[in-house]
Amino acid sequence: MSEPNDSEVSRRDLFTKVGLLLNGLALAILAAPVFGYLLSPVFRGRREQYKKWVTLGPVTEFPEGETRLTSFRSPISAPWDGDTDKTACWVRHIGRERFQVFAVNCAHLGCPVRWFPQSGLFMCPCHGGVYYQDGARASGPPPRGLFEYSYKIVNGTLLIEAGQLPTLSNTASLSERRAGCAG
Amino acid sequence: MRWLKIIGIWFEERLQIGDAIRGTVAHRVPRESASWWYVFGSAALTLFGLQLVTGVLLALVYVPSAAEAWNSLQYLNHSVYLGWFLRAVHGWGSNFMVAVVLVHMCQVFLFGAYKFPRELTWIIGVFLLILTLGMAFTGQVLRFDQDAYWGLGIGASISGRVPLIGGYLVQLLLGGPIIAGETLTRFFTIHVFLVPGLLIGFVGLHLLLVLKLGINEWPMPGRIVRRSTYFQEYHELTKKDGVPFVPDAIWKDLFFSAAIIVSVMACALLFGPFGPGGYPDPTIVQTIPKPDFFFRWLYAVLALLPPEMETPVLLIAPVIVIGFLILLPLVSGAGEKSWRRRPVAVITLLVLAVSLGTFTKLAAYSPWSPVMDAWSGDPFPVAYLKGRTPLERQGALVFQVKQCRNCHAIGNSGGQRGPSLDRVATALTHDQLIRQVIQGGGNMPAYGKNLSPAEVTALVAFLETLHPPNQPAARSAAQINGAAADHGAASAPHQIEDE
Repeated sequence: MSEPNDSEVSRRDLFTKVGLLLNGLALAILAAPVFGYLLSPVFRGRREQYKKWVTLGPVTEFPEGETRLTSFRSPISAPWDGDTDKTACWVRHIGRERFQVFAVNCAHLGCPVRWFPQSGLFMCPCHGGVYYQDGARASGPPPRGLFEYSYKIVNGTLLIEAGQLPTLSNTASLSERRAGCAG
Repeated sequence: MRWLKIIGIWFEERLQIGDAIRGTVAHRVPRESASWWYVFGSAALTLFGLQLVTGVLLALVYVPSAAEAWNSLQYLNHSVYLGWFLRAVHGWGSNFMVAVVLVHMCQVFLFGAYKFPRELTWIIGVFLLILTLGMAFTGQVLRFDQDAYWGLGIGASISGRVPLIGGYLVQLLLGGPIIAGETLTRFFTIHVFLVPGLLIGFVGLHLLLVLKLGINEWPMPGRIVRRSTYFQEYHELTKKDGVPFVPDAIWKDLFFSAAIIVSVMACALLFGPFGPGGYPDPTIVQTIPKPDFFFRWLYAVLALLPPEMETPVLLIAPVIVIGFLILLPLVSGAGEKSWRRRPVAVITLLVLAVSLGTFTKLAAYSPWSPVMDAWSGDPFPVAYLKGRTPLERQGALVFQVKQCRNCHAIGNSGGQRGPSLDRVATALTHDQLIRQVIQGGGNMPAYGKNLSPAEVTALVAFLETLHPPNQPAARSAAQINGAAADHGAASAPHQIEDE
């Protein structure tokens, strides 16, 4: 056996490097399931769609010309969610089969807006966002109008497509609504 | 006594750390650094210990489930023997820890202690500050009341503003599509395992560096830090004018730490635990969420920023601030340490302190928010109704019923979102009042659709009475010339165009 010199790789050096490589490989293989587990909320949303049609109740519960608070159970929930899987929304019955269903979450930072029928305004308690009865932004910091769910009426029952906390990058289901004056 | 010695020797033969401990205990520190100004770091460490112990104790009972967390806190408050006190100590300990860490940071900044060779100590300190604030925020989430729930909503909304990946970030933050069970468990994991683990590691490193490099000497104007000579100068200083850390310096740390623990307990006894507030049911929209004390300034900033600047500021400002703090010692690592020769540093700190203080103070009464129950709760000032015509009184009724009061104060009560209207008639003429009511503008919603012409007439008639007795109402040139404004103007609302 020859004496190892600087340019030669000794047996032990080689084994150490192979050992490190093996560990690196094992970790890389382990990383896949770990990241898959961590990112599962995203993958799950892409696979089975968080948004589903949920029932709000018979149309007769929402008198024409009025805006009322109602709530629904989130279509995706766990038994230990308690009441947090309940979601509130404002239902505006414009006339006949025409509705607007707004998320309670202010488009600014998500606080719950309240409806004031006397002045026909939604007001937010957190940073002073105000919206008109059709959800358009009236004043304050919100960058857009209220988030609006798509709805449909099946056999006299009002359904909306919901299930995800509306934020600026996930707008419930909504058509973009421009901020502006309702007049 | 002999027994103790035998046991001591048995352990020392195996551990062999006696010399290291003796060296640490007796290491020499500059005489002037054995000062009351140098006690905040050790106080922060003491508070961290207190938080670890009380946190573990609370975890004996707390249930990290969205369905049960709030109930388990009520149980801690009311049914577990002294549970309320432990919760109070943990809550007040958190406030004290954030405060002491901030004071410690200001002291280190003013004393130039972040300069060579202690740059890395400062940078680790920046991480410790971020982690401490992270503990404060996640701790507030674990309280899982309405404030916590809507606070999470705000966190999600901010994440949702990140371009491109915002939607995915929200899902990762919440552990699903909504704020629910998995949101709480991940914040529990962050608060109880992840961040405390990181804190222990970084605190250890921070302390190691303090011991290795020695405590900062008292900054003297004109004593310049030079990288080439610093170690030698510091060594000479501790040799010539140094004292052993124990007992010459440590007694002040011990006194201050004890005072801090007693203060935390006193606050806990006097003021009790924090919440939990309202039950976390998202269908209860009659709630006014507010963050804990150390995030109030942020709450104010978010209300006061112009809407178009909000997303850039929210996403870029933290990067700039953290980047600045990390780069600070690398950029200005040498030179003067004394605050007497660093006016920009002193002014920066003062401006920051005054700004944060102002925002925090503003957040206490949040003038930017409508007062949601002013219209139904605040009595109407009688003086404003005396000697008024029926039309004007009708207008006062409109003013109250249409929630004008939620944003406009009169008689010193009501919202502060808009200007107070006690003297509005001196500022706006009849026609201007009609226009403002119908069209809105300047952050006021347009009421054209929600007021009948008769209501507008009455409301404006009332508003025109709002002026001091010795100061007449504003009048337009047309009114002055006798061509009095047509009271029927309100009956023909203008066509309002989009802005």
